[in-house]
Amino acid sequence: MKLVSYFRGEAFQRGVHPPSCKLTAERKIRRLPFPDRVTVPLLQHIGKAPRPIVRVGQEVVRGQPIARSDEWLSVPHHAPLSGVVEFIGLRPGMRGTWIESIVIRAHRGATQEDLWGQPRDLSQGTGQDILQAIWDTGMVGLGGAAFPTHAKLSVPKQARVHTLVVNGCECEPYLTCDHRIMVEHAADLIAGIRYAMSATGAVRTIIGVEDNKPDAVLVLRQAIADAMAAGVTEEIHVEAVPTKYPQGSEKMLIMALFGAEMPAGGLPIALGMVVSNVGTLAALGKLLPLGQGLTERVVTVTGPGVAKPGDYRVILGTPLKFVLDYAGAPAVDAMDARQVILGGPMMGQAIGSLDVPITKGVSGVLVFRREDMQMREMRQTYPCIKCGECVESCPMGLNPSTLGMLAAKREYDLMGEQYFLGDCFECGCCTYVCPSNIPLVQQFRVAKQILREKAA
Amino acid sequence: MNQPLIEIRSAPHVQAAKTVETIMRHVVYSLLPICAFYVFQYGISALASIVVVTAACLLTERFFVRTGTQAGRLSDYSAVITGLLLALTLPPGFSLWMGAVAGIVAIALGKALFGGIGFNVFNPALVGRAFVQAAFPTAIATYTPSFLAGRFTEFIPSSLAWPLMIPADTAAWLKAKNLDALAGATPLAKWKFDGVIANADELLTSLSGHMAVGPAPALILICGLYLAARRFMDWRIPLAILGSAALTAWLLFAFDPVRYPNPFFMLFSGGLILGAVYMATDMATSPVTPKGMWVYGALIGLLTVVIRYYSGLPEGVMYAILIANAASPLIEKITQPVPFGRGALDRARKRATYPLNPGYISREEASAVTPKKRFLPKKPKK
Repeated sequence: MKLVSYFRGEAFQRGVHPPSCKLTAERKIRRLPFPDRVTVPLLQHIGKAPRPIVRVGQEVVRGQPIARSDEWLSVPHHAPLSGVVEFIGLRPGMRGTWIESIVIRAHRGATQEDLWGQPRDLSQGTGQDILQAIWDTGMVGLGGAAFPTHAKLSVPKQARVHTLVVNGCECEPYLTCDHRIMVEHAADLIAGIRYAMSATGAVRTIIGVEDNKPDAVLVLRQAIADAMAAGVTEEIHVEAVPTKYPQGSEKMLIMALFGAEMPAGGLPIALGMVVSNVGTLAALGKLLPLGQGLTERVVTVTGPGVAKPGDYRVILGTPLKFVLDYAGAPAVDAMDARQVILGGPMMGQAIGSLDVPITKGVSGVLVFRREDMQMREMRQTYPCIKCGECVESCPMGLNPSTLGMLAAKREYDLMGEQYFLGDCFECGCCTYVCPSNIPLVQQFRVAKQILREKAA
Repeated sequence: MNQPLIEIRSAPHVQAAKTVETIMRHVVYSLLPICAFYVFQYGISALASIVVVTAACLLTERFFVRTGTQAGRLSDYSAVITGLLLALTLPPGFSLWMGAVAGIVAIALGKALFGGIGFNVFNPALVGRAFVQAAFPTAIATYTPSFLAGRFTEFIPSSLAWPLMIPADTAAWLKAKNLDALAGATPLAKWKFDGVIANADELLTSLSGHMAVGPAPALILICGLYLAARRFMDWRIPLAILGSAALTAWLLFAFDPVRYPNPFFMLFSGGLILGAVYMATDMATSPVTPKGMWVYGALIGLLTVVIRYYSGLPEGVMYAILIANAASPLIEKITQPVPFGRGALDRARKRATYPLNPGYISREEASAVTPKKRFLPKKPKK
């Protein structure tokens, strides 16, 4: 496959080409109505949960901070609705456990303008000022990992960042929210890129977009040209990279753009780079000048089980039931099963309750009907026939076949020490291609968890 | 109960369409033309042999699946592949009951004993063939000439022997048809024992009459190309086998052209093509790592030539593959792929779009060395 990659100029080795199924690529972003009640989980990101700073019964206005923390790896939350804090306690979360959340009941008829934020001018601000401002917005990576953005953009003292890589790949099938943001909010994105460049000290920015989104590439190039005409001096490039899953992984994107392998276990900063998602930067570009907090995000609601698929601007904390009712998921009776996935079909999380709210890291809601799942249910699981498909598709160059057999024998230590289990980022390529229908990724997740618990 | 049923399962939630069944089914499809040509060559005996051997394999598989000692299902077509391949490696006049024994041994000892599909260490078809080669050494070396007149109406007499009875003498039958017994020897046996080298086009197509050869290597290569193009088979293994066999044979040929046959004869005589395309590529018994596949193939090619030249047997493909099967876990262990980011770190690709370092590091330097904006489009004219 190396030879083929070389001639086709493929960006990184191996990987898979799932059908893209981008049903909503042509539809404009629309606003979802405000629900009666929102549930804001305190822990929506990687790191520590902030403390609530409101009490039950307190009136809040949209945009007002409702939870805050002084921990570095933590972000504040802002009220997505003007209303009354109704409840603070455990509510169902997307992982299936109940997590500490703040429930706000909307004031009917109240204006839902964000009245809290104070506009400010950061054009003369230092990197520290901008980082602090980013922290105040409660921004986390909107691509799905939900890593606090201020922590990502802050450069350690001994390191230097010369390049900001903006990830517009959106390699997951079905999802189009980043695509629509690039097309509709290119100016916000450029503004966000400029803030991020000042915060990190980067001297160039390269936006990587998969070549199945040619319109986004054109719009961005035009936006950059316009910005330069308006006096912007930063160096910003847009690059179309060949479509392949999982290009949206930062390692793969850096490989595609610069031809360099990130050292295993390292961060992009080791190469002098910071990688951020387009949705995050576009939101920053919009929120920072207004001094507002993150109260809404764009979510792709799609899948064969949705009547009105589209990219919706959803306020955080909206229950899934409300989103699906609006998007027209067909009414199902009790006997009829369906599957609801938060995120994309390759790495997304299947959820067990429609009371789960939209959080900062949710990029898509995907609904499969019973018919769509039957194909998978009817597939029999075979023993591994050692066909080598997984080895040929693993972007990290691991050997999932052997790893899977070791997992079945519970040789977790061996997996970690000799077969580099820790390098696996659970992209799902091996399971996608496995003709024997072996749940390899799930085995690896379990194995990693066991190794983590052993280490602790 | 207004709450709809929601199913939870682990990501990924989509899957490629290729299953074990599709892989096996397409291998069977690609074997059908080869079987048809084999029947065209040898007539009704060959057909009976294919049917009996495949049926024996399927019934044995059915027994072990039914009794629950074996993973997989009957409908995964893998036993069909074993049966067809086994029949193709046996002489057309092989007694049918011996063929049935071969089929039963292939599945029972070659596959079920290890736990069924995916767990077998050796290629089941070759296990069956190795068994009957040891059990019936005369019968398996007795070939009849191809394209005999009346092959579609008359069985080769040895085919219809009763179980555990000595088959009818094929040589006498051939004599009655006014054919030389030597006409029934395979090209490899002719070379080994008589020093006769067959013509290239005869070997490649096996269309000329009265020469006992297996199915046409050219046809097998075409079928193999189909499998490789559809990615139902890995292309590295056949390439490595043929390459290493050709290289070894060519080196020896260059060393002593009188004693050793030319490499072309080496490649296209006997079962090397069938073995390289269909036997050695058996997924369960070959390494999964790309590097390991090259090593494994090279080992088979080398062993085949060595066995053919330096042992008492005319044919060496079967033992070469079985030995390489045994070595395959070891090969796999020493050829693990290097994970991303753990290899040599100076592997930055030359053809990359952007240099890894922009050539200027700090903002002050950046303003000093104005970077070229050659990636930006020209400003649109208005």
